[in-house]
Amino acid sequence: MTVTASQRELTVGVGAAGLATADMTLNIGPQHPATHGVLRLRIVLDGERIVSAEPVIGYMHRGAEKLFEVRDYRQILVLANRHDWLSAFANEVGVVLAVEAMLGMEVPERATWTRTLVTELQRVLSHLMFLGSYALELGAITPMFFAFREREDIQTVLEELSGGRLHYMFNRVGGLRADLPAGWTGRCERVIETIKPRMKDIDDLMLGNPILLARTRGVGVLSQDLIKAYGVSGPIARASGVDVDLRRDAPYLSYGELFVPGGPGKVVTRQEGDGMARLEVLLEQTKVSLDVAHACVQRLAALPRGPVNQRLPKVLKVPEGESYFATENPLGFNGYYLASLGDKTPWRLKLRSASFGNVQVLSEMLPGQLLSDMVSILGSMFFVVGDVDK
Amino acid sequence: MSVLEAVIRSVAVVAAFLVLPLLVGQTEHKFMAHMQGRLGPMYAGGWHGWAQLIADAAKFVQKEDVIPAAADRGVFRIAPAVALIPYMAGLAFIPIGDGIVGADVPASAFAVLAALGVGILGHLMGGWASANKYSMIGAMRGAAQLVAYELPMVLAVASVALAAGTLSLSGIVEQWQPWWLLWQLPGAIVFFIAALAEINRTPFDMPIADSEIVFGAFTEYTGLRFAFFLLAEYAGIVVMALLFTVLYLGGWAGPLAASLGVVWTLLKAWIIAAIIVWMRVSWPRLREDQLHRLAWVWLIPIALFQLALTAVVVVMTR
Repeated sequence: MTVTASQRELTVGVGAAGLATADMTLNIGPQHPATHGVLRLRIVLDGERIVSAEPVIGYMHRGAEKLFEVRDYRQILVLANRHDWLSAFANEVGVVLAVEAMLGMEVPERATWTRTLVTELQRVLSHLMFLGSYALELGAITPMFFAFREREDIQTVLEELSGGRLHYMFNRVGGLRADLPAGWTGRCERVIETIKPRMKDIDDLMLGNPILLARTRGVGVLSQDLIKAYGVSGPIARASGVDVDLRRDAPYLSYGELFVPGGPGKVVTRQEGDGMARLEVLLEQTKVSLDVAHACVQRLAALPRGPVNQRLPKVLKVPEGESYFATENPLGFNGYYLASLGDKTPWRLKLRSASFGNVQVLSEMLPGQLLSDMVSILGSMFFVVGDVDK
Repeated sequence: MSVLEAVIRSVAVVAAFLVLPLLVGQTEHKFMAHMQGRLGPMYAGGWHGWAQLIADAAKFVQKEDVIPAAADRGVFRIAPAVALIPYMAGLAFIPIGDGIVGADVPASAFAVLAALGVGILGHLMGGWASANKYSMIGAMRGAAQLVAYELPMVLAVASVALAAGTLSLSGIVEQWQPWWLLWQLPGAIVFFIAALAEINRTPFDMPIADSEIVFGAFTEYTGLRFAFFLLAEYAGIVVMALLFTVLYLGGWAGPLAASLGVVWTLLKAWIIAAIIVWMRVSWPRLREDQLHRLAWVWLIPIALFQLALTAVVVVMTR
């Protein structure tokens, strides 16, 4: 939606006895505390009411897809890691699964369960981040600190596993970089068990708070039509009652076993489609992910020792052909369309990122809202700017 | 009053004005930190970071005083003073012990409220003169907020004044009896909420709202002028907490009031300040129109009810 000249025109006050009022164009971002990153919103304000809003993206465009084409499959992981920096491991997994599918490669069971475990821990990390930042945007400062306390514990075990705290680089085509450190499963299980009861602290602060309810209930309602039209996915879509979760609907890794009836995996949905619903979905998904991670870590501890990767040729070439592989990232569908000519680099690796859809629907959601509600909506449309700009 | 006495009183008020906000600030640092599973400042000054705010002040002094090119320079410069001085003036009228007051005037309750009403002008001037859209929106929100809290606050104070039969804050404390805690409770709640809105504290910090409008009227301010705005905020907490103590909690009333009176006043006010900090830790921010709704649907009717209740009791008992 573009801002037309007529919208910026001076409108002479009709009933206000000759008082001239003009709409104000306000650039929220690219540097603004609420856009976490460099998203820019060009909004036209009439008082505090938003007349039109246009997300301006591309400030962080790094040409990831073009770079993929001149990197071999090991190097691609480093890049794929970074577009959504809050779910690095989940991004890695998407690439390696796409490549493995085209190679027809079997991955050792141990590696698959470890990948599932870390992917779920990654989901918890990402969700905690957004739970904290959403509250912060609404003026509540404490949930952020609680969220970071939990994040710190998870990052510690992941750091022990991979050496990284944000960009793990633990996947390799055909498996993992290394086996789990001795005793790691026990430490990981302990962390999950400490965090689970502590989630109640965040619950208590956020759910049922009358002010939070007033700020989020009925604010920024997203209809299912808009979701389908704009390709919104993930927790945001599920908060509007769109019951889609690739972990259950197109299972990859070990999710087929986990998302069975009676299993730890559950797809969380809400019907309201407002900010509160999105918050509730996020909170509950975090708990579900902790349960799933718990099941994974127990399974992993019971698995016999074995290889965690495949021996790869010196030069890894993917056979000619094309395939699309999508995963349920913390923020929504993350898809890789891989077209190969049989070289050591892909001919094209198209990335479908979740945040892009989540941000572009803003131009439909924001008009008619108050400036204060813009922040409430923006905070609940969980996105990472790097994931938008790629 | 001799010149010497006037000087001593003024110096004492200024000293209190500079020290008490720092105490509140340090309380906020530490309370917030421990409520959020952190330690807060631990290094400045050695013992539990007691000198953190002094270090902050030293940093603010060293910073460049930037004035935006498009700003209205004169107004931009004096705005922090306009925001700060009313609180100093207000502090001068509030007694903290029997006869211990900066300036003992007959209608001190009225004087304090009148002084506090001026503070918002500083925000408006700063917001307007900054030539920044966020500042402008912040200032406008502040002005809109004024309408919501000023009336309930005045009504709540009027009720206490009616109960005590005097507009003097010292007189109110002398008349105060413990059962007023119950009698004036609705008014006290209204006053507390209105006071939070007056000093732009959570959940009514919409004029500042850092995640929405960057920092409202203070966006363009740096260095010492910014520090003055911050000091005004914490001075606001001090003044409101002391005023609440004097109006509703009996000021220096307590065991050994003759010798420990000042301690009781400060302790009570400190607890109120701690509650104000607590609210910031636990609550998000309301929307401007929601504050207005709260004010017109709840605060003003409750304040009017309190006024009527006070009047009835006063007529029946005297």
